[in-house]
Amino acid sequence: MQLAAKDIGIRFGEMTLLQGVDFSVNGGEIVGLIGPNGSGKTTLLRVLANLRIPDHGEVRYGGKMAREIGTKSLAQQIAYLAQASNVHWSMRVDTLIALGRLPHRRFFAGPSAHDHAAIERAMAAADVLALRSRTMNEVSGGERMRILLARALAVEASLLLADEPIAALDPLHQLEVMELLRATARQGRGVVVVLHDLSLAARFCDRLVLLANGGILVSGTPREVMTDRHLADAYGVEVVRGERDGMPFVVPWTAVRK
Amino acid sequence: MMSEISATRTAARAPALSYGALVILLAAVVVVLLAASLSIGYAPLDLQKAITDAIAGKSTLEAIVLMELRLPRAALGGLVGFSLGMSGAAMQGLMRNPLAEPGIIGVSGAAAFGAVTSFYFGLAGAASLALPFGGIAGAFLATLLLFALAGRGVGTMTLILAGVAINSFTGALTSLALNLSPNPYAVSEIVFWLMGSFADRSLPYVWLVLPLMLTGWGLLLASGPALDGLTLGEDTAKSLGFDLKRLRFQLVGGAALAVGSSVAVTGAIGFVGLVVPHLLRPLVGHRPGRLLLVSGFGGAILTLAADISVRLLPIRPELKLGVVTAIIGAPFLFRLIYRLRGAE
Repeated sequence: MQLAAKDIGIRFGEMTLLQGVDFSVNGGEIVGLIGPNGSGKTTLLRVLANLRIPDHGEVRYGGKMAREIGTKSLAQQIAYLAQASNVHWSMRVDTLIALGRLPHRRFFAGPSAHDHAAIERAMAAADVLALRSRTMNEVSGGERMRILLARALAVEASLLLADEPIAALDPLHQLEVMELLRATARQGRGVVVVLHDLSLAARFCDRLVLLANGGILVSGTPREVMTDRHLADAYGVEVVRGERDGMPFVVPWTAVRK
Repeated sequence: MMSEISATRTAARAPALSYGALVILLAAVVVVLLAASLSIGYAPLDLQKAITDAIAGKSTLEAIVLMELRLPRAALGGLVGFSLGMSGAAMQGLMRNPLAEPGIIGVSGAAAFGAVTSFYFGLAGAASLALPFGGIAGAFLATLLLFALAGRGVGTMTLILAGVAINSFTGALTSLALNLSPNPYAVSEIVFWLMGSFADRSLPYVWLVLPLMLTGWGLLLASGPALDGLTLGEDTAKSLGFDLKRLRFQLVGGAALAVGSSVAVTGAIGFVGLVVPHLLRPLVGHRPGRLLLVSGFGGAILTLAADISVRLLPIRPELKLGVVTAIIGAPFLFRLIYRLRGAE
């Protein structure tokens, strides 16, 4: 399913956070949403997930508006992974992951065989099978993030919108989660991921959208977006860059303050 | 502050009892306690004869004691306990906080004030149902206020604050009624009523609150899946297809019906709605949706048992139920707070 947002504008009271933002993602594609703190990444992602109504512009899912699709059907088609999500009750890991099947369940019906299969697939993909009978207060920060990711994968939606899914992870798990997100996209789903790690963004995303100064500063292939000029304009940093296997990587080096 | 995962350090291994078995077990205990409540009282009663006579429509002394005294008391004990337990679980689920209690949104304070008003104007003496009607009217007004707020799309935190405001305002008005009370007899009557009891309520009380409570329970139970979804926060619940605005209406309405009518007939019975969900939560694997029904039965068990024990205790005048639940409940609350703080 294609997601297309047109001319999105978002205001907080008097302040304009975003203006004139066009954004789209197609099935099979992973798009990275990058930008400095406060540039509106999370807010834009929430708009894309239909969690916030934009003050201007519209979002279409497969050409349709959210209200034409209906709440339940939309919930089956969009999986949203919130940033640093609190887990308020210490459920068992597999019970928590099963929450991802709620949009597919009929009122008060138990999980079907199909639901169980989806939960197993999600746990296998996020590598949390071994944790299934632990409770949520018996897992580490990294495990927790993977469990939350498995919860989002369990929806088996055609769109996955993930807000900083690797922020709390060690390098190995960062790589694994990014691999998993890319593999999810390659299965034909559209993936949008908010990231702070520029090198991983460049390496794993098909396209990048760089938000800064109230709108999209630049979008395109990682190579087009990750220029010294763009990074200095957006983040106020000078980077050291290199290349490995034909892929650029950058390391923020000095603050240059715009 | 709303993330209270640490509240539940009790290692929740796979529950030893399946959900279905737990529900059946608790329901069975409720039935046993209802029977016990019918058979225990100040005068000896041949229960079998009383039931036979009551069914046959004979107005023997046994039948009258059963129908006028024992049955309303037992039935209200079960209904009110069920309402408080389930509403407590629902409020904890909505607030995502194990310290929430059924009265948190202010309906219990408003219902108490409504009932006190009918005392104050002497209506309670004039018509036997004036008291619960007053209570229900109070809860209804508070609910209108909360609905007006929820309709404006305010968040859960605002509803809590509104509840605090309603509780303190109605508390002040209740004190005002005591303050201006025409005679000391009325004061003591109000004060005793506020302590909460199932004694001397008649069967019409039951018929009055039963439909309200059943509707309330239905609304609360229907919110189970959404409460499960809320475990991961409001955005995730929304992304799972739950309409949070509707959920707030549903839960405020359900709790208002159940708790408002409870307070209207029995006065304030505290701590049941706080303690019961907390005790039962590990047994349902910490799932807020499943906690609803289970806490209902648990609440009924606690109130019925407490109400039986005040009749068995050799203390006269009979202890008020609200006093007993608070004496048992407050130390429990302290322990809960102590453990919560310790876990941080």
